Amino acid sequence: MTHPSSGEAVAKPSPGGLGRVLDQRVLLSIAVLALLPWLLPSKALAVNVLIYGVVVMGYNLLFGYTGLLSFGQAAFFGAGAYFTGIAIGRYGVPWFAAVPAAVLLSTCLAAAIGLVSTRTRGIYFSMVTLALAQLVYYVALQAASFTGGENGLRGFTVDRISLLGFQVNFLDPVNKYYVLMAFAALAMWFQSRILNSPFGAVIEAIRENEQRARACGYDVERSKLVVFMLSGAISSLGGCMLALHLSIVPLDILHYQTSGMIVMMVLLGGARSFFGPFVGAASFLILEDVISLWTPHWQIFVGAIFVLFVLFLPRGIWGTLLDAMGSGKARR
Amino acid sequence: MDLSLIIMQLLSGVALGAVLVITALGLTIVFGMLGVVNFAHGALFMVGAYAGLYLASLTGSFWWGLLLAPVLIGAFGMLIELVLIRRLYGRSIDDPLLLTFGLSYILVEGVRIVFGSDGIPFPTPPQLIGVVDLGIGFFPRYRLFVIVLVAVVLLALWLTLEKTRVGLIVRAGARDPTIMQVLGVDIGRVWLAIFGLGVGLAALGGVLAGPMRSVNPEMGSLVLAEAFVVTVIGGLGSIVGAVVAGLMVGISISMVALFAPEMATIVMFALMAVVLLIRPQGLFGVRGRTA
Repeated sequence: MTHPSSGEAVAKPSPGGLGRVLDQRVLLSIAVLALLPWLLPSKALAVNVLIYGVVVMGYNLLFGYTGLLSFGQAAFFGAGAYFTGIAIGRYGVPWFAAVPAAVLLSTCLAAAIGLVSTRTRGIYFSMVTLALAQLVYYVALQAASFTGGENGLRGFTVDRISLLGFQVNFLDPVNKYYVLMAFAALAMWFQSRILNSPFGAVIEAIRENEQRARACGYDVERSKLVVFMLSGAISSLGGCMLALHLSIVPLDILHYQTSGMIVMMVLLGGARSFFGPFVGAASFLILEDVISLWTPHWQIFVGAIFVLFVLFLPRGIWGTLLDAMGSGKARR
Repeated sequence: MDLSLIIMQLLSGVALGAVLVITALGLTIVFGMLGVVNFAHGALFMVGAYAGLYLASLTGSFWWGLLLAPVLIGAFGMLIELVLIRRLYGRSIDDPLLLTFGLSYILVEGVRIVFGSDGIPFPTPPQLIGVVDLGIGFFPRYRLFVIVLVAVVLLALWLTLEKTRVGLIVRAGARDPTIMQVLGVDIGRVWLAIFGLGVGLAALGGVLAGPMRSVNPEMGSLVLAEAFVVTVIGGLGSIVGAVVAGLMVGISISMVALFAPEMATIVMFALMAVVLLIRPQGLFGVRGRTA
């Protein structure tokens, strides 16, 4: 059975124009995020939107831009959180060293999983990433002396963030939000740079037509591995943010349900758009909040809404909005 | 550690593998025909276990549950194909996968609403309680029954596919659906039947697994990962591959559990990684299709 390519050819604006749009999209996204705590009903919800937004944004690099549907992104989200927690709690590493170390270690994990999974294509890739991420879950479950096993990782608390003489009380929800927003801004800048680079064009070429990209002389396998690692690195930063925020790491973070949630978020918001992941994370979490107020079985509604999105709105909320505004090609 | 213990453990592995084979077979047949990987397969396995349990308590007999649950859930699977998956043919290969993933959320939560979140014990049928003396040791009667039943189902499937006209249409349809349509075969009906069969096999796996592991709404998530590992090792779309890999995984889990219990859940993933590094298309997979 042959399936036609899902996306239409991408029209490239002139480099100058593209560059301007890209610079704007980071600043615009930061501006919206800065207002978020005052728009949403609770600060806790805003922090979660920020964290999941970063995780989903990293995932979007893999799924939206490269067209690789992974069902194992939870491994890197979880790895970032666990490595941060273990570094701070067990080895007494200060936060500003623990976070980069955690991202680095998670990227190594992404390299290992990527080496096996990027050798496969299509549906195989989805199945293999799911299985390997479940492997990480079971390893974390078994290595209870390091990870706390089923009870999750506890025993580390970050109550103040200090850097270069400045000190911020991290227990205050507003401070916490803006400190974590600085992480998110860094991740957005990084992602925008990747998409703006020649490498960003290569991964989109792989999505549109893998064989043609190979014929053009690009090393498709290596590009996939690199994008898998970059995507894992960005998502793991979200994990670091979660560890700093919660001061515990629940084991469920590694479960494939979390990977599935990440997939749902990117589709709700709009894959292949820069701000879509934040829209997706916000809509998913608000939906969860609202529905769980009147029934504990919110997942049945989330599942149904997701099915309807796949059937009728595959470009997601933000993607459809951009298409309607006729600016879909700028991919803001 | 004596030899008979090892042989008994090996047989346990075969029983465990037999359930894996049936479950993975449903997944692999549907992929081979429709090019769809059903992410709700694990959830349907779980729904099958609950259906078997419910029907057994309704009729008072395990055997009615074993017979009716796969048929009813298979029919439900046909409804899913007809109403939802059919709309997605011709779209990106990711779309059916995403849709069935959403569906698994609905099924798991639906079962939680009806039967509650806690596990329910699945009683072994009275005729199959106890052990059989195999000469070298005692083996649970129920597990022996599972091995025999799976062997019978496999034989029936093989005969249908290889020796009947329906089997011929199915095999030809997997090779080239367009030509089949040109020849006047309603390929849509074949796909409908195959999807129903795949889901029915998942449900059968669920009922068979019931008395061996606890029945709870989350049981499908581990099963899905296991079925994926088996189909990836065997080669997606390959029936022989599913049988060989299913037994291989079952035996590995059970042997490792004997020597290093904490590694038992991990070993199958390691096995998959090794196979992928050596043969990305799986042991019996055809290169070029998926890998």
